[in-house]
Amino acid sequence: MTKIYIPLDMAAVAMGADRLAAAVAEEAARRGQQVEIVRNGSRGMLWLEPLIEVETPAGRVGYGPAKTKDVASLFDAGFLAGGAHPLNIGVVDEHPWMKRQNRFTFVRCGIIDPLSVPEYEAHNGFKGLKRAFEIGSAAVVEEVAKSGLRGRGGAGFPTGIKWKTVADCAPGQKYVVVNADEGDSGTFADRMIMEGDPLALIEGMTICGYAIGGSKGYVYLRSEYPVVAKVFQAAIEKAREAGWLGKNIKGSGFDFDVELRIGAGAYVCGEETSLLESLEGKRGIVRAKPPLPAHVGLFGKPTVVNNVLSMATIPMIMEKGAQHYADLGIGRSRGTMPLQIAGNVKYGGLFEIDFGIPLGEVINDIAGGTRTGRPVKAAQVGGPLGAYVPQSLFHLPFGYEEFAATDSLIGHGGIVVFDDAIDMSWMARFGMEFCAIESCGKCTPCRIGSTRGVETIDKIRNGQDVDKNIELLKDLCHTMKFGSLCALGGFAPYPVESALRHFPEDFRKSALEAAE
Amino acid sequence: MAGAAPYSDERAREIIAAHMGLEGPALPILHALQAEFGCVPESAVKEMAGALNISRAEMHGVVTFYHDFHSAPQGRHHLKICRAESCQSMGAEKQANEFLARHKLDWGQTTPDGSLTVEPVYCLGLCAHSPSALYDGEPIGLVDAETLDSLVEEAKGK
Repeated sequence: MTKIYIPLDMAAVAMGADRLAAAVAEEAARRGQQVEIVRNGSRGMLWLEPLIEVETPAGRVGYGPAKTKDVASLFDAGFLAGGAHPLNIGVVDEHPWMKRQNRFTFVRCGIIDPLSVPEYEAHNGFKGLKRAFEIGSAAVVEEVAKSGLRGRGGAGFPTGIKWKTVADCAPGQKYVVVNADEGDSGTFADRMIMEGDPLALIEGMTICGYAIGGSKGYVYLRSEYPVVAKVFQAAIEKAREAGWLGKNIKGSGFDFDVELRIGAGAYVCGEETSLLESLEGKRGIVRAKPPLPAHVGLFGKPTVVNNVLSMATIPMIMEKGAQHYADLGIGRSRGTMPLQIAGNVKYGGLFEIDFGIPLGEVINDIAGGTRTGRPVKAAQVGGPLGAYVPQSLFHLPFGYEEFAATDSLIGHGGIVVFDDAIDMSWMARFGMEFCAIESCGKCTPCRIGSTRGVETIDKIRNGQDVDKNIELLKDLCHTMKFGSLCALGGFAPYPVESALRHFPEDFRKSALEAAE
Repeated sequence: MAGAAPYSDERAREIIAAHMGLEGPALPILHALQAEFGCVPESAVKEMAGALNISRAEMHGVVTFYHDFHSAPQGRHHLKICRAESCQSMGAEKQANEFLARHKLDWGQTTPDGSLTVEPVYCLGLCAHSPSALYDGEPIGLVDAETLDSLVEEAKGK
């Protein structure tokens, strides 16, 4: 029986993985070949999706991107034994893209059957939780703090401090909430880990619950991710059946359960306090802080709110020890960052590496430059609220402080590349328009500022009092940045200001055209 | 969506009751109602307000806050086209505008025969395969004009 892997990852499905899996099964049956098709997560080499992997004595040999029309020729070429074929990329682990990475959070993603508890355990799964039970909850909090892990959702707040704050609250109902509302353009790491290694997230949440003294966890998932919802719900049930969730987990005396909740298409619900309001069944309107969710969170109880990646990294930190993680990275950016390489690139995908890699190396080397073949003009790093970074800053090493020093941010690690065909005044306008559409409406700078921002950029683009309106726009950005209640209004100026700063000519084009 | 059941207060009450054991049940109920009836009609909002013991105005506020919920039935099929930055880097905005113009539609509108509703979406997490779209929950990467047009035809047929 030959084992074949075909990803169930949404990006692979979007490129025909479901149809491919059906075609492979059919062709194998027709030829009387015994095969077992495992639907795994993605390896992250998304330009090769759907990527078929075949288990051979030499290792897992990859074929991609494979279409249903290639299936017959793959069988003819003896791909079940790793045979030569134009789509053959060799042993996947030996591929240069894979070898350059330091897979930590994504160590199992694409390797195992995401819904097999035994396979998860065979690949060191639940070792972190077992160790947590051994060392006790206070030591777990300390371990997380010592690792230097910062929230991977974008804000970069130290995870250990957050956990300690909740752990120190008086005993009683406490909650673990995972923010899986990954709404930023150019980000898909949360989606990939939840599709490819969902048990890691479940294990991370359980460790967190144990550390803080909470028995209930919620995952708030955006509705745009239908494949995740299916896979993750199934993973919860598998974990429960195997005794890794529920009452008295593996005889530890600790009870913990996880519930999946689906959002309803509101970007602002990715902001932690809006997310809590939404979970409670209200409008997703931000709360003023303080009180922090760590003190007064879900249903008024102390709550840890962590991003998917932060939580899914916890089991590995517990397994390998805090020091192992703390030793990676640069400055105060410890560990690894799963970079999401997207937009106009040749080789898009998920690339996990220690903090500190220069942005330009990622874009020009790893991503192979633009798919259109035109020169790179800019990269938007950290989602729709992130700054546009020009070529002149491509030497920047990936790190929270390093990016902040140039008024940029790394956010969730998403990198969207643009070629020179892009008009930055249009992208700035789009940034403001997006904020206007998605604003929850609670605070004036965001609600009204974003709409006025669109109008002002329109005037600039029409060549109307350009200098005066650029000044006005800068002033408006300043007000939004410092006057908004949450990051939606507060960060919306980043793309606008960076576009103005680095690409001023794009805002004067229409004025020049109008003058001619 | 295809196969939506006609609305009845009785069925709405059953759906609501089935979720009342949850903490903060409003969103799960709304998703279940919309899955059943294809939308969340005003009568269902009234039923929910009663069950959750909040005012109708407050319940109305919740339903209308979220892009996903609709008060009236939409087209039998749904096409969501991504217009976020990553897709824009590969020309999605121009492609979408031309598509809408070809079919005389605007964002959020349904074709005159009621077969297809076209909505914008801001990221599907398929950013390495920009531009992308979602048709009745099925993701599509590297979407082009031909694919978009074929979906309009496909929706018509069913």
